[in-house]
Amino acid sequence: MAANRLDLYVPEPLGRPGDTPSFGDLHLSAPGEIRRPDTREKEANMRDLPYGLIRVLDDEGHAVGPWAPHIPIEVLHKGLRAMLLSRAVDERFFRAHRQGKTSFYMKSTGEEAIGVAQSLMLGKGDMCFPTYRMLAWLMARDYPLAAYANHIFSNEKDPLQGRQLPILFSAKDYGFYSLSGNLGSRYGHAVGWAMASAYKNDDKIAIAYVGDGTTAEGNFHEALTFASVYHAPCILCVTNNQWAISSFSGIAGANETTFAAKGIAYGLPSLRVDGNDFLAVWAATEWAAQRARANMGATLIELFTYRVEGHSTSDDPTKYRPADEASAWPLGDPVERLKQHLIALGEWDEGRHTALIESLAEEVKAAIKQGEAIGTLGKSKPPVSEMFEDVFAEPDWRIIEQRKQVMEG
Amino acid sequence: MALMNMIQALNSALDVKLDQDPDTLIFGEDVGYFGGVFRVTEGLQKKYGLKRCFDTPISEGGIIATAVGMGAYGLRPVVEIQFADYILPAFDQLISEAARLRYRSGGEFTAPITVRSPYGGGIFGGQTHSQSPEALFAHVTGLKTVIPSNPYDAKGLLLASIECDDPVIFLEPKRLYNGPFDGHPDQKLSTWANSGDPKAEVPEGHYTVPLGKAEVVRPGSDVTVLAYGTMVYVAKAGIEEAGVDAELIDLRSIVPLDIDTIEQSVAKTGRCVILHEASRYAGIGGELSALVQERCFWALKSPIERVTGWDTPYPHAFEWDYFPGPKRLAQALKRTMENS
Repeated sequence: MAANRLDLYVPEPLGRPGDTPSFGDLHLSAPGEIRRPDTREKEANMRDLPYGLIRVLDDEGHAVGPWAPHIPIEVLHKGLRAMLLSRAVDERFFRAHRQGKTSFYMKSTGEEAIGVAQSLMLGKGDMCFPTYRMLAWLMARDYPLAAYANHIFSNEKDPLQGRQLPILFSAKDYGFYSLSGNLGSRYGHAVGWAMASAYKNDDKIAIAYVGDGTTAEGNFHEALTFASVYHAPCILCVTNNQWAISSFSGIAGANETTFAAKGIAYGLPSLRVDGNDFLAVWAATEWAAQRARANMGATLIELFTYRVEGHSTSDDPTKYRPADEASAWPLGDPVERLKQHLIALGEWDEGRHTALIESLAEEVKAAIKQGEAIGTLGKSKPPVSEMFEDVFAEPDWRIIEQRKQVMEG
Repeated sequence: MALMNMIQALNSALDVKLDQDPDTLIFGEDVGYFGGVFRVTEGLQKKYGLKRCFDTPISEGGIIATAVGMGAYGLRPVVEIQFADYILPAFDQLISEAARLRYRSGGEFTAPITVRSPYGGGIFGGQTHSQSPEALFAHVTGLKTVIPSNPYDAKGLLLASIECDDPVIFLEPKRLYNGPFDGHPDQKLSTWANSGDPKAEVPEGHYTVPLGKAEVVRPGSDVTVLAYGTMVYVAKAGIEEAGVDAELIDLRSIVPLDIDTIEQSVAKTGRCVILHEASRYAGIGGELSALVQERCFWALKSPIERVTGWDTPYPHAFEWDYFPGPKRLAQALKRTMENS
């Protein structure tokens, strides 16, 4: 072959099933290493940040460096509880799927610090435009577990009237915008929602999420363009959990640059944050929220984390990545790290931790039982007339005729 | 009352709404300072300020996504897609998001947005400035699709669309912006002002024309002609050429469809010819034909006819060969009468 012949490059992950897990050279910044610019700083003066990694918790569980936030102890306790609750809910519902009680489930394991820290950090009036791996947001805001069980079971009491796939939830009163299976399609809604808040001279801000894989969608770039042009008061997050179903983050471009660095081209301040570090997530969110509320526009935050479980109940991650890859993740487990921090502060201990896990397991079990008592998938469902509600504000003749046909059998 | 062309009538609707409702705002490509490539938003930015009427990036998906988010917040955005041909990058936003948001969120979030877009041919705009994509939207439940045929309806339907709690696709027949057009490109054109058409008389203030209510433009007893948009005036000319006593119905909105008016008319005439500019296969004509067959079969005296654009991309040099003009309608009307 002549030396000047072209050759197509297709990126591949460092490890596949049977290989020793490797994340290569991740260039992890040390805890406390990354500078914290003033929240009034210009974007042009912080273009180094998307290439670093904001970390607060060190290996001993101490909060170090300029990003160390001031979080009341009771909020840290609440955070730990919500993360553990989220994990307990995931465990039980995943099992319920295996028992045929629901059609579908997705776990958030390993990503709980993100939803919990951001949910607790932001205000009640703010709106989260979630991905399907954001159960933790709801757990941090005390969403009633039994109602959530009714949704997962699509039963008679499903808050979404049996119309949506489990997980693709909506809970307006909890600041949780309606989910869709189409990736990234709500990213621009968050920008529009935030622009509306600014238009009305309100003080509410939006926070939105896509995964690493979805940064390749046009939606992502359209939303960044609008957020940048109109200084939309929002926080745009990329939850980089390394995997998009079976495609590693390199397929979305992670081998070439960071996801946070995509913000530079839009003139958006962009942070890259250890997503398994509760305190770092909190601090970055607080910084971005302060800017947004001060009319300084949007911030892009890459939350660097790892998807510990499969994509959903429909795939087996051992078919495409080393089975023990999760345990090799260099940034640890978010629950263990917050626990270690609380213990280092003298505000927690192993006994309380174990007792909390047990009591949460009981709480979840009881909630699931309540849901099961109403019925699991196929055993109970909302009245079939619900199929025809909310198609339009008022049904037209088609809906009325078709509903009549169904009701009369 | 004032004599208005369709552009002025649409502008008046937007003016009335911006004045009445602080939660209504307008955005789209070139709609701000310049007032839109067809001048529909002319003067509105100057009158109401930057925040009420502004330019956007060239990003149809971004425009609709932003509008949906604003709608979810509680605003009533009216956005312009510069040509209906350019709406396709926003298809996912319209179909998977705007149309479904109310349903999938159990009514928690809604998208009361209005998407205005100039559409249709007859202006030598070639493939990318002439298409009629209404069937693509009509097929999607959750979206309303509205198409006015004259200045009076344009204003009243646009106000009704903005006030509607569902997302509305509002397609403006650009061939009719400046004057009625009966499908004879070689004949002298009249403006709305000198056409003598009573539909060019437009009230200055607020009024609505309800969505889902067709208008019997010309009563008749022999055959029902269903049309909308540009084709309403073409139908008038075709009916005259054929010399039949046809009942002409302007549907005004495809979704919701005024099925009662259609049924009553075909029950009376026993014949039905459907006219649309969009290509034929899986077009609105197919749906209308099926509905008439299902509901009026025993009243029918002859096969239902469809007169439509051909199943080709919109052809530039062959515009008038493609365009379903009065001659083709007249032929169909005569066939319909002879076949029974």
